[in-house]
Amino acid sequence: MRQITLGKEGVEKNIIQTLQEKSGVRLSDCYQCGKCSAGCPVAFAMDLKPRQLIRLLQLEQVDEVLKSKTPWLCATCQCCFVRCPNEIKIPNLMEAVRQEAKARHIIPEKDIDKFNNLFLKNVEQFGRSHETFLMGFYNLTTGHLFQDVGCAPKLYFNKKIRIRPHVVKNKSGVKRLFQKTIEKGAK
Amino acid sequence: MKYAYYPGCSLNATGKEYDLSTKAVAKKIGMELQEIPDWNCCGASAAHLTNPDLALALPARNLSLAEGLGLDIAVPCAACFSRMKATVKAVRDDKKVLEKVNEIIGMEYHAENDVYNMLDIMANKVPAEEITAKVVKPLTGLKVACYYGCLLVRPPKTTQFDNPENPQSMEKVLRLTGATPIDWSFKTECCGASFAVAKQDVALEMIRRILENAKLNGAEAIATACPLCMLNLDMRQKAINAKYKTDYHFPVYYFTELLGCAMGVSPKEMGMEKHFAPVIPKMEEVWQRTQVAGREDQ
Repeated sequence: MRQITLGKEGVEKNIIQTLQEKSGVRLSDCYQCGKCSAGCPVAFAMDLKPRQLIRLLQLEQVDEVLKSKTPWLCATCQCCFVRCPNEIKIPNLMEAVRQEAKARHIIPEKDIDKFNNLFLKNVEQFGRSHETFLMGFYNLTTGHLFQDVGCAPKLYFNKKIRIRPHVVKNKSGVKRLFQKTIEKGAK
Repeated sequence: MKYAYYPGCSLNATGKEYDLSTKAVAKKIGMELQEIPDWNCCGASAAHLTNPDLALALPARNLSLAEGLGLDIAVPCAACFSRMKATVKAVRDDKKVLEKVNEIIGMEYHAENDVYNMLDIMANKVPAEEITAKVVKPLTGLKVACYYGCLLVRPPKTTQFDNPENPQSMEKVLRLTGATPIDWSFKTECCGASFAVAKQDVALEMIRRILENAKLNGAEAIATACPLCMLNLDMRQKAINAKYKTDYHFPVYYFTELLGCAMGVSPKEMGMEKHFAPVIPKMEEVWQRTQVAGREDQ
């Protein structure tokens, strides 16, 4: 049996408060029925089931939660939220945990993080997602050089992927959205 | 019937057939689709996983541009649909959020227009008779597993569409073509979405479970309403067969392709030769079966 210290003060309490505010989740709403984890399509790959992650937060075990792969593996498919008898927005909580971990440079699933960053860079640059760039840069920066390369010729010859991106005309109009949100937050 | 049309990034690229077949079916039933001028990416999951304000701002720019057309919006892609609906809900629920979003996008948006996914439109806006009147090459008896994935139906308060556990809209639409949708358990299970790229071993298992359940329930084809679901279910079958020593060869269709085929649109016109697992032979087989059955009846 593992012993833990309850009633921590300071940093842990603040993080938990932030997570609840950001996600709109009240952790005490969870009575551990486990429906979220029974229905979660990614639970088989998670180190903490959604139910366990919430329980640890209820017990203020923030470190373990921030280090967990679970929030990164959440596909935000909303199955848990739909089935939760207390309508706890678990995907929002997962997002909040992930952002909190990232702010502390804890990134247990680096490829997933890289993919999302590249996706947004793409959109910031072109206003639209450009799959060829996304896949190319993803493979280059993660070292998975030959991932899906076998699918590329068929995609290319069917004109499903192209070298030149589709670009919005009003590029600055889209860049503005990034400047006013992500970049503002980073300052 | 006229809508502002938001194709989204995928329909310009890997989901080309969805765009072509949607437009072909719309033309057949006399529905006008006016593309939103200079639309941008909806931000998909990457935006809301990174920054909640950005996740509202990206769709809001498109919603505002569509409002300028004075039209409700038709969205084929399930993910784009979900992001748009989430934005509409957020700004309608809270005036302060609307003000904040308007400040970010630097445009006037009032959230007056509504957003519908293409499946909702075909199932619930277009009268069934208008579809059946156009069916000239019925897909009689095609045993199809209707696959919705996550975001069309979840969460229901956001999507305001069908049932989150056992939706029936696609079944309803495809029955009009003569097809026989099967009952199965995985119609709203997640396909893993972008994990097929960034966490492949996990996604392959998620996709395998869906294919296996379709097979166990006797499906000979799968229909979907999402370009990412399509990419995962279609393109990944080969990798799954190699990894799990399975033998899946499902033709995977956009539901609009099946509608188009039944309405006599040529598969080529809808780009149906572009799929990974071939989908045209199954159509020909179904038409052949119908002819033979017809002859035997006489």
